[in-house]
Amino acid sequence: MAEVEKKEEREVPYYETVLGASPEKLATVDYKPPAKPWMDVPPKFKKLDYLNPAKVKWMKVIDLPFPREWSPPDEDWKLPENWKEIFLNGMEDRLKRFRSFQLFMDICVRCGACADKCQFFIGGGDPKNMPVLRAELLRSIYRRYFTTSGKILGKIAGARELTVDVIKELFKYSFQCTECRRCSVFCPYGIDMAEITMIARELLLLLGMHVNWAIEPVGKSFLTGNHMGLLPHTIKDFMDEYRDELEKITGFKVDVPMNRKGAEILYIVPSGDFFDERGVILTIATLLYFYHIGLDYTWSTYTSEGGNFGLFTSHEMIKRLNAKMYAEAKRLKVKWILGGECGHMWRVINQYMGTVNGPADFLEEPVSPITGTKFENAKDTKMVHIAEFTADLIRHGKLKLDPSRNDHVIATYHDSCNPSRAMGLFEEPRYIIKNVCNNFYEMPESCIREKTFCCGGGAGLGTDEQLETLLRGNFPRSNATKHVHEKFGVNRLLCMCAIDRAVLSMGLSYWCPQVTVGGVHELLANALVIPGESPRTVDLRRQPLKRPITPGKIAGKEA
Amino acid sequence: MNVKLENLLTQKRSTILKKWFDVVIETYPPETALFLRRQKDSIANPVGSTIFQGIEDLFGELLKGINYERVSTYLDNIIRVRAIQDFSPSQAISFLFLLKKVIREELKKEIRENDLSRELSELDSRIDNLALLSFDIYMKCREQIYELKGYEIRSMFKACQKAGLICDIQEGEFDLKEGQNIDKL
Ligand code: SF4
Ligand code: SF4
Repeated sequence: MAEVEKKEEREVPYYETVLGASPEKLATVDYKPPAKPWMDVPPKFKKLDYLNPAKVKWMKVIDLPFPREWSPPDEDWKLPENWKEIFLNGMEDRLKRFRSFQLFMDICVRCGACADKCQFFIGGGDPKNMPVLRAELLRSIYRRYFTTSGKILGKIAGARELTVDVIKELFKYSFQCTECRRCSVFCPYGIDMAEITMIARELLLLLGMHVNWAIEPVGKSFLTGNHMGLLPHTIKDFMDEYRDELEKITGFKVDVPMNRKGAEILYIVPSGDFFDERGVILTIATLLYFYHIGLDYTWSTYTSEGGNFGLFTSHEMIKRLNAKMYAEAKRLKVKWILGGECGHMWRVINQYMGTVNGPADFLEEPVSPITGTKFENAKDTKMVHIAEFTADLIRHGKLKLDPSRNDHVIATYHDSCNPSRAMGLFEEPRYIIKNVCNNFYEMPESCIREKTFCCGGGAGLGTDEQLETLLRGNFPRSNATKHVHEKFGVNRLLCMCAIDRAVLSMGLSYWCPQVTVGGVHELLANALVIPGESPRTVDLRRQPLKRPITPGKIAGKEA
Repeated sequence: MNVKLENLLTQKRSTILKKWFDVVIETYPPETALFLRRQKDSIANPVGSTIFQGIEDLFGELLKGINYERVSTYLDNIIRVRAIQDFSPSQAISFLFLLKKVIREELKKEIRENDLSRELSELDSRIDNLALLSFDIYMKCREQIYELKGYEIRSMFKACQKAGLICDIQEGEFDLKEGQNIDKL
């Protein structure tokens, strides 16, 4: 009997059903996958479809528990002996500490409004990536161990036992969620899936399980101030190189203020802007821009990272990494902080900074030194987004701009998840783009602003390790980009996040290679009309311009 | 192709397409199939709409004669998606064979009554040709994925090299002279 059952369970490979089959036979083959309740589908780990676990050395650097060698496809994940107890105690503790978590576990009515809003479900088709089901993975445990109905009724009440397979499943799907919060925009109760994923990851971390793509950057940030582990002299070398490149292109020799005490403003960017070819161009652009407006500012080699991968790890880690930015601002005695085109940095600043480290009383309320505008929205955090700062300059007519210098660019704009959904930064970037570029086309309304699709690589997922998952999650955004490429000839996807710049580039190279990716301020710097400029035939990324730049002329006419 | 079969296929075009779409969609888990079938907006449902558009275009080609350049694009659109989803290679391109199944089911009576088996086998071999082409396209997509992976690794390596984390020498950095360097050591 047991034998027979085993036979039935064997999955028949598709080719066995087809090999040697006549067309008539083919016509009878059933291609439907078996319909099983989701609780009965065990997690599988395929190559290019999972992230590598955190390395022992990086776990140790930041004092994380149970560091060990293991791999998701392994049968044995070497869980600590009392793993169940640790997990459930951790859950109980968090249910008490976070009112939101308790609420999110209780109030979902399974209306399904969020079900088809996650890019991983839309692009990949795995039902467990429907936000409602992703939450259910943890909620079923909550019901079983923390509600009376679940304890008594079990499966009927949507409850299930906590088993090793459940832990594996949680690991898999917690790292197929970018904590982008798109789904929560559609939830009538405002259930924030990102917070559920964050708690799930914290619980896994209690068992010593996380991914290296998040933990190594956290460890390196902790040790050196940035994800790459770039040391101060290295950053200085890079910046000198970019200064020289800027001079070669534009003829302007600019200052690169580094770690300068007493500067008015500390400027913080994601570390990708220092080393990643897709971010460096933005640094070159910023050097030119700040030189032009004569900003009294400094870069820092110690707070050389805006990104806060603590957000993908634990609330404690958010606090640790966020604190260093303010410590550096204090050390350098600046008045306030200006932040670059970064993603998660802004979520932390707007939603966590006030609680974990704020208010930053030792800094001054930010005031634009050029227009005198008070940034009252930054009263608490003392940190202004560069798009707010620039939009204010343009609004006050402080920048002379020639949008025709970007005529080789046909742009669309991807609202990066965090600046858009975590701080509502919708208009400023668009205002800048429309002032610096003559060709700007929006993607359809259903996938921009607060409804923007995620790039597919946030929250520690932006690596080629699980490239297939990434390409699935990226498909909706790339598909919408392809749509405007085909309709309007769009050739540049603008965004405001370092992870976006890397992940959208990866995604588009597969889905729509005709479109390149870039930052908003790159186009701004291209369009600046600067006194004393030299003639030039290329833009800041050395792409040929439509019309060569003649000093003092705007759109070919006398300025 | 014999006019008769072509006529039948043209007449029943929308029914066949709908059924073909349905069976392709059924290769996904049931909850997913529901979504892929129901949501018509191409931005909200890029997978469903890519598949529908793709099979519609392919069906047109099968009827009017295959232009390989065009057909490659149509196949690419669908296969590119299925090549990164949770399918084996054979499952990824199975959607073509499903057309055979649909046509046989849909035109069962007519095929028997009009003895269209020769025309049908002609159509089958056209579909088989598309299937052969699909292997190439599937492989191209997979190669691209690995190229992309290679590219990412290379750029990380370059970044490390640039940051001085990996030793490399630049031309002129050391006093190196061709043919004399080992001696010097
Ligand atoms: S990835 Fe975004 S849309 Fe998907 S479940 Fe997570 S937070 Fe929701
Ligand atoms: S939209 Fe909100 S209430 Fe409805 S299923 Fe999703 S999480 Fe639950």
